[in-house]
Amino acid sequence: MNLLGELSWSAIPFDQPIPLGASVAMILAVLLVLGWITREGYWPYLWREWITSVDHKRIGVMYCVLALVMLLRGFSDAILMRSQQAFAAGGSQGYLPPEHYDQIFSAHGTIMIFFMAMTIMIGLMNFALPLQLGVRDVAFPTLNSVSLWLTASGVLLTNISLVIGEFAKTGWMNYPPLSELQYSPGVGVDYYLWALQISGIGTLMTGINFVTTILKMRAPGMSYMRMPVFCWTALATNLLIVAAFPVLTATFAMLLLDRYLGFHFFTVDAGGNMMMYVNLFWVWGHPEVYILVLPAFGIFSEVIATFSGKPLFGYRSMVAATMAICILSFLVWLHHFFTMGAGADVNGFFGIMSMIIAVPTGVKIFNWLFTMYGGRVRFHVPILWSIGFMITFALGGMTGVLLAMPPADFVLHNSLFLIAHFHNVIIGAVVFGAMAGYNYWFPKAFGFRLEERWGAAAFWCWFVGFYLSFMPLYVVGMMGMTRRMQHYDNLSWRPWLIVAGIGSLVILAGIISQIVQLVVSIRNREALRDVTGDPWNGRTLEWSTPSPPPPWNFAVLPQVTGIDAFWIAKQTHAREAARPQRAAPAQPPDYEPIEVPNNSATGFVTAFFAVVTGFALIWHIWWMVIVGVIGAVATMLVFAWREQEEVEIPAEEVARIDREYHTELAA
Amino acid sequence: MTIDVAGSSTGTFSARALRLRGFALPVAFALGGCSEGVFDPQGPVASAERTILFNSLGIMLAIVVPTILATLAVAFWFRASNTRARYMPDFHYSGRLEMIVWSIPAMTVMLLGSLCWVGSHELDPRKPLVSAVKPLTVQVVSLDWKWLFIYPEQGIASVNTLTIPAGTPIDFELTSSGVMNSFFVPQLGSQIYTMGLMTTRLKLLADNPGTYEGRSFNFSGDGFSDMHFLVHAVPSDQFTGWVAKTKGVGPALDAQSYAELAKPSQAVEPFTYGSASPGLFETIAMADMPVAGLCHTVSFNVVSPYRTTRLRHGG
Amino acid sequence: MSSTAVFGAEPDVAGNVSYVGPAPKRIVVAYGFWIFLLSDIVMFSALFATYAVLAHADAGGPDGAQLFHQSRVAIETGCLLLSSYTCGLMWMAVGARNAGATYLAAAVTFLLGAAFLALEASEFAGMVMIGATPERSAFLSAFFTLVGCHGVHVTFGLLWLAVMMAQVATKGFRPMVERRLLCFSLFWHALDIIWVGLFTVVYLMGAR
Repeated sequence: MNLLGELSWSAIPFDQPIPLGASVAMILAVLLVLGWITREGYWPYLWREWITSVDHKRIGVMYCVLALVMLLRGFSDAILMRSQQAFAAGGSQGYLPPEHYDQIFSAHGTIMIFFMAMTIMIGLMNFALPLQLGVRDVAFPTLNSVSLWLTASGVLLTNISLVIGEFAKTGWMNYPPLSELQYSPGVGVDYYLWALQISGIGTLMTGINFVTTILKMRAPGMSYMRMPVFCWTALATNLLIVAAFPVLTATFAMLLLDRYLGFHFFTVDAGGNMMMYVNLFWVWGHPEVYILVLPAFGIFSEVIATFSGKPLFGYRSMVAATMAICILSFLVWLHHFFTMGAGADVNGFFGIMSMIIAVPTGVKIFNWLFTMYGGRVRFHVPILWSIGFMITFALGGMTGVLLAMPPADFVLHNSLFLIAHFHNVIIGAVVFGAMAGYNYWFPKAFGFRLEERWGAAAFWCWFVGFYLSFMPLYVVGMMGMTRRMQHYDNLSWRPWLIVAGIGSLVILAGIISQIVQLVVSIRNREALRDVTGDPWNGRTLEWSTPSPPPPWNFAVLPQVTGIDAFWIAKQTHAREAARPQRAAPAQPPDYEPIEVPNNSATGFVTAFFAVVTGFALIWHIWWMVIVGVIGAVATMLVFAWREQEEVEIPAEEVARIDREYHTELAA
Repeated sequence: MTIDVAGSSTGTFSARALRLRGFALPVAFALGGCSEGVFDPQGPVASAERTILFNSLGIMLAIVVPTILATLAVAFWFRASNTRARYMPDFHYSGRLEMIVWSIPAMTVMLLGSLCWVGSHELDPRKPLVSAVKPLTVQVVSLDWKWLFIYPEQGIASVNTLTIPAGTPIDFELTSSGVMNSFFVPQLGSQIYTMGLMTTRLKLLADNPGTYEGRSFNFSGDGFSDMHFLVHAVPSDQFTGWVAKTKGVGPALDAQSYAELAKPSQAVEPFTYGSASPGLFETIAMADMPVAGLCHTVSFNVVSPYRTTRLRHGG
Repeated sequence: MSSTAVFGAEPDVAGNVSYVGPAPKRIVVAYGFWIFLLSDIVMFSALFATYAVLAHADAGGPDGAQLFHQSRVAIETGCLLLSSYTCGLMWMAVGARNAGATYLAAAVTFLLGAAFLALEASEFAGMVMIGATPERSAFLSAFFTLVGCHGVHVTFGLLWLAVMMAQVATKGFRPMVERRLLCFSLFWHALDIIWVGLFTVVYLMGAR
C-alpha cells in the first residue's frame, strides 16, 4: 500500500502552463503576505488578537477579509471565462482547453456562492448583530470561531486543488451521473465535496448560533417588534440555514458514498436515481439563494432609513414579508428543473409558488421607496449601492418571474438568459448589499471612514460594468446559446460576448477602485477618523458605542423602549438638553464587572485537523485520515476540559473606558 | 464628482445616466439577433412559448419601469440639498399605501399565475400536438458527445443530423447512454432532459421547411460544446425520398455498432445508418447494456479514454 | 444581569419592559442544542425521503420483506427505549447530586445502547454475508445509509456518555458539566424518536 495513497508528483500540473502559472502566482502571494507578517513580527499579535479571538467583531472582520480575497479568486475565473468566450468563436478554440475551462466555471460558481457571498454575509451579520441587539456577543462565541475556521478550511482545500490535483469539472451543482466515479474518476469532485462538507458544518453551526442569539439574547426591553429589520432578516436567514444545510450535508454524503464505497444512490444502474440528487440539491439550493439575499435586504433597510433620516416605512409589513419569504423559499425548488419532465400539474404548482414569492419581495421595494419619500437623502456611498440595487433587482426579479413560467423556461433553461438572471439578482442584491454594508459598518469596525470618492468610483464601475456584462447575455441566451460553452460556431453571438467581456473589465476597474479606496483610507485615516462612534447619524444601537467598540460592546446593557432605540435616545437627549431648567442631573450608570469569554485556539486547531482529514480523504491516504480524526477529537476533549472559560473585567476598567468615550463625545 | 453630506449635484448626474441606460436595453433587443433562437419561432410550440414570454414581459414591465423611474425620481427630489422638498420624518406607516403595495404585486401574480397554470398544461412536452397529419416517431439518444436519432418506423438512424418532414408532428422519445443532457431546438420550442435508463417525451412540429440549430442544453463533459446538430425540415415527399436514399446505404446500427458509437468522441461529423435494429432504443432505455460497459464493475475504467490525474482500480 | 442605562424617555404604556434581557446560560445552551437537534432531524428527513424514493429499487436483488427480521428489530427497539428510561434516571441522579447513582444509570444506559449496536451490527453482517451489500442496489444503499446513520449517531452518543462520566469524575457536578449532561440527554432521547420513525418506515412498512 502506498504511504501517500493516490498522491504522486503527477498531481502537480508541471506540464500545464495555465494552472501552473496560477498556482505559482497564488503561492507567491501567500508567501509574500506570510513573509511580511513574519518580518514585521506580527505573529504574536495576530495569534492573540485575531486567530484565537472569539469576539464576534473580530470574527466578522475575518469572515469579510476571507470573502474579499475569494472575490478576487472567483472574479479571476470570471475574467478567464469572459475572455475565452470573446475569443473562441467560429473555428477558434480560444486559449483554455475544455479540461481547464470546465474547472474554471465550476470553481467560479462554487467559490462565489460558498466562499464569497455566504462568507461576506455571515461576516457582516457576525459583526453587526450583537451590537444591534444590544448584547455583548453571540450565544456561543467559541463555536463562532470554529465556524469561521471551518469555512477557511473549505477555502483552503478548494485553493489547494489548483496546485495539487484538479477541481471538479461538473459545474458548481455537481449533478450525477457526471459527478459519479464512472464519469469523473479524478480527484476534482472529491475536492468539491469535502471542501463543502467541512465548510457546511461551519455554516450550520453559525445558523444555530445566530438563531439562539436572536431569540434568547437581546437587550432588556427589546421585544421582537422592536428589533432592527436587519435582525429580522438575520433571523430568517439563519432559520433557513438550520433547515436547509443539513439537506446538503446528506446529499453530498450520499454522493460520497457512491464514489468511495460503490453505493447506488445516483448512479445510472442498479436502481440509482439521478433525479433524487437534483431534487435534494435544489431543496437546499433555493433556500440558499434566500440565505444570500435576505441579509442584503436587511442591510438596505438599515442604510435607506439611516441616509433618508426617516424610520423605515412599514416596519410590520417588512417583518411579515421577510418571514413570508423565509417560509415560501422552501416551496419553490422545482423551478430549477422544470425541463426534467415532472408533468404539467407539478410544474404549474411550482411555477405559481415561485411567482407568489415575488409578492413580498415587491412589497419590500415599494417600502424602501416610501422610506426615501419625505426624507432628506444624503448621497453617501452606501445609498448609491442601495439605489443601484433597487433598479437592478427590479429587473432581475422580473426575469426571475419570467423564468418561473414553465413554458418560457422550456426555451430559456440553462441558456445565458438564466445566467444573466441569477447574476442580475445575486450581484444586484447580494454584492451591492455587501458593498453597502462594508462601507456602512467599516467606521464602526476600524474607527475611521472609507474614502468616499473612490467609493463612488467603485460603485459606478460595478454598476456600469454589470449592465455591460450581463445585458448582452440576456440577448444571446434568447438567441439560443447555452451555458458552459468552451467554444461556439455561431458568429452572430460573438459581438454580444465581446461587449460582455468589456463589461467584466469595467467591473475589474471597480474592484481595483475598492482596493485603492482601502489603501487611501488607511493612509488618510486620521482625516477620516470617526470620533463620535456615529458617523452617519444612525438609528440603531451599534452607533451608540465607540468606534471600534470595546470587547464587551456596551458598558451597561441598553434599556430599549422602541424601534430605532438609539434614535429615540438621541431625540430624548436633544429634548432634555434644550430644557436647561430640568431638575435632575444625569445619573452616572451603575458599572459592574463584565465577564468576557476567553480566547481559544479550538477553532483554528480543529480546522487544521479538518484540512488534514479532508486532504487525506481526497487522496485516499487512510492513515492520515485517522490521524486527522483523532486530532479533531483530541481538540474537542482539550476544549471540554479547560478550566478557565471567562475572564472578568473589573468594573473600574469598564468605567474608565466608558468615561473616556463620553468625554470625547462631549468635546 | 464630489460626495458631501448635503449630496448636491450627484443626484442629477445619476438619474440622467441611468435613464439613458434604461433605453439601451430595448434598443439592443430591437437591433440584433431578431432572426435566431427564441426570437424566431418556426413551430407552434415555439410560437406559443414566445408569445407567453413576451406577454409576461410586457405585463411586468408595466410595473417595473414605473417603479424604477419612481425610485430615481424620489431619490433625486428628496435629496438632502433640495430645500423645496417636504421633510416628513413621521411618515412611516400608511394603511392605505400598504394595501396598494401588497395588492399590486398580488394582482400581477394572480394574472401571471393563471397564465402559468394554463400555459403549463397547454405546452406540456408530453401533450400531443393537434394536427391532421399522422405523427412521426423519432427516438433520441444522447451519447458522449453526440446525438443519435433513430427512426423506428423507417428502420434507419442518423448521428448529429436530424431530417424531419415539415408540417408533421414529431413524437420524440428520448434517453441517454449515461450522463444527463438536454435536447433543444430553440426555433421549434421546448427542451427536455435526457437521462440514462429513463425515457422522456417531447412533441414538436416544424411549420416550414428550413434548417434549424439544435444542441445539448445541459453540460455533460469535455466534448459538450460540440454536441450540436442541424435539423433539416423538408417537405413530406422530400422526406420520403431521403428515407429511401438512406436505407441500406452505409453502416448498420445494431448492438455492436452502438457499443462502438457509445465510446467517447467529440465533434463527430454527421452521418447516417442504413439500418437500425428494431427495439434497440428500448434496450438502451430500459436495461443495462453489458456491451456498452454501463455496469460499473466491468471494464469501463480500464478502457476509459477520459483524462485522469490518477487511476482507480476497481472503483 | 448587570444594571442598565435607560435609552428612551419613558417605559412603555403598561409601565414595564416587555423583555427582560439575555437569558441565563443554561437556557441559552439548551435552546441552542434543541436547534441543533432540529437540524439533525432535517438531515434524517433527507435520508428518509431518499429511502422512500428508492425503497423498491432493488435491481432484482433482495428486498425488505426477504431481509428484515421483526423480532430482532423489536429487541433493538426495547433496548433503545429502555436506555432512554435509564438516561432519565441518570438525569434525576444528577439533579440529586448522587454520583454513585449517576454512574450506575449511565453504565446501564451504555450497555443497553451497546446491545442495540451489537444487534444492528449483526444484522448488517448477516446481510453482507448473503450478498445483500449496499453496493448491490439503490434500495440497499439507502437502507444501510439511513439505518447506519442512526447507528453512527448512537455510537457517537455512547462515546459522549463515556466522556461525560469522565467529566463528572474529574470535575464533579459543576454547572458546565450539568449543562453538557442535559445536552446529552436531549440527544439520547432524540435518537429514540428518530428510531421510532425509522423502524416504522423501514421495517414495519418495508416488510410488506
